Amino acid sequence: MKRLGRPWLFGALVLGLFLLGALSLVAGKVWVPWSAWTSAGADPRWAIVFELRLPRTLLGMLVGAALGLSGAVLQGYTRNPLADPGVLGVSAMAALGAVLTLYYGVTDATPWLLPVAAIVGAALGVAALLLLAGATSSLVTFILAGAVLNVIASAGVSLALSLAPNPWAVNEIVDWLMGSLADRSVEELRLAAPFIALGCALLLTTGRALDALTLGEAGALSLGVSMRATRWTLAAGVGLAAGASVAVSGVIGFVGLVTPHLLRPLVGSRPGALLWPSALGGALIVLAADILVRLTPAAGEVKLGVAMAALGGPFFLGLLFMLRRRIA
Amino acid sequence: MSRLACRSLAVVLGGRAVVDRVDLALDPGRVTAIVGANGAGKSTLLSSLAGLRPPTGGAVTLDGAPLSGMRPKARARRIAFLPQTPEIAWSVEARTLVGLGRTPFLGALGPDAADHAAVDRAMAAAQVTAFDRRVVTTLSGGERARVLIARALAGDPEWLLADEPLTGLDPAHQLDVAALFRSLADAGAGVVVTLHDLSMALRLSHRVVVLADGRVLADDPPLVALTPDVLRRAYGIEARLTEGAGGPLIDVVRRAG
Repeated sequence: MKRLGRPWLFGALVLGLFLLGALSLVAGKVWVPWSAWTSAGADPRWAIVFELRLPRTLLGMLVGAALGLSGAVLQGYTRNPLADPGVLGVSAMAALGAVLTLYYGVTDATPWLLPVAAIVGAALGVAALLLLAGATSSLVTFILAGAVLNVIASAGVSLALSLAPNPWAVNEIVDWLMGSLADRSVEELRLAAPFIALGCALLLTTGRALDALTLGEAGALSLGVSMRATRWTLAAGVGLAAGASVAVSGVIGFVGLVTPHLLRPLVGSRPGALLWPSALGGALIVLAADILVRLTPAAGEVKLGVAMAALGGPFFLGLLFMLRRRIA
Repeated sequence: MSRLACRSLAVVLGGRAVVDRVDLALDPGRVTAIVGANGAGKSTLLSSLAGLRPPTGGAVTLDGAPLSGMRPKARARRIAFLPQTPEIAWSVEARTLVGLGRTPFLGALGPDAADHAAVDRAMAAAQVTAFDRRVVTTLSGGERARVLIARALAGDPEWLLADEPLTGLDPAHQLDVAALFRSLADAGAGVVVTLHDLSMALRLSHRVVVLADGRVLADDPPLVALTPDVLRRAYGIEARLTEGAGGPLIDVVRRAG
């Protein structure tokens, strides 16, 4: 595919984000007329736009950026287009951390415990991945290690569900696991934004190391790249970004997988050049999907995580189909 | 004059001394070939000399200072390393790949005019300028090998350490790459290669280090080092030196009984 000039690519992504952001404020079950926008609170529909849809829009962008960027970094590090926080079990580990706080019911008294537990879970997940597969960095070991993490995390979640003290806890956990941006407030935004920003900032520093890793680990080492520093930055960055995302939105899969894959040909396949576009693209995809689920003509809203899985699953299969020769 | 050396270098892998008390003082402006049977420790020695593998014992020094104490970036600017089975993970353009050789030189703002000029020079030297915008995964094995050599040259290294750079190349391209290594040495760089082709070692190198079981068996100019006795002890073969039309040859007669 022809390579796009970087200014054009960035321009298109930012413009798309701007337009979808505006649409996201407008779209929903209630279409708010312009008079309500300028009413400064007099019209009750003002609250819909500024207290519900604005945080939801910003949160969607943040979560999408974190997941897209995490996916791009994980793919660059593993040199494997099938890597993403969901596939590699990082999101599941974050979910396990969050579910444990829901299970113990500590989130009402200390709401910040949930994102922290999710981040710790995600960071443990990345660390386990790097330990299990870091030495060989082979495709198969990484995917298997991810599968193992997914199994362990979902077993933990199932255990929490089966031992839950009351049906409300079960309800809360299940509802949260499905992944959604509905009814999020400024509170969630305030809780997640610093962690996501810090995580993304860390991940964006890995560009050169990821470029050098195109030549394999020996090649990168010979170019003066410190693999240990790269691994630490990656574990902390993915832990913070993906962990905090899962903490506020539940598990939204496939964003990290699909986004870098779609954008890679447009940046000439250089992994370092893919980082910013993947963050912007991830924000775009989550925002678009969130607008769509809001507009579904059903009594309840389709959960964002479910919708993404329904769309991303076939995409993942297609990707596997195209890559089967390389994996075999 | 930059000097790369090792003193009683030892590398133990899985309880086995793969490199066993090796002393070498390598000369710039020379091509040094490291030869030896499979498992003799050639690759391990080479990657240790490149500073990529911390020694179990002894030390590798560059101008007297131990490599293990150097900052990775400073080391990478002076020593280029070509791995044996080079991996190219993504379908990048040849120019992008060669540009990776500038990684230790990049400033905060990314590649500048000097970096682009160095990439141009390296691509010209390795005769890959024509592949500039070609995607490396579409190149043939020989073309890709030359692009990777250009990558190593992009940093204008004082030392080029290449692990079996001729493996997988056809005879014509082997000669091209050998000539390129010679011209690099003539320009003042130190070139160290591991080789399997003994006749090529004779023609390409100024000096041959023969390894057996991690130890140096011989370390001399090629015609002096590769004696029938050394070849029998290093490879377990009966071989003799003959004169071919294109230069000296190692004629392998049979496995030593």
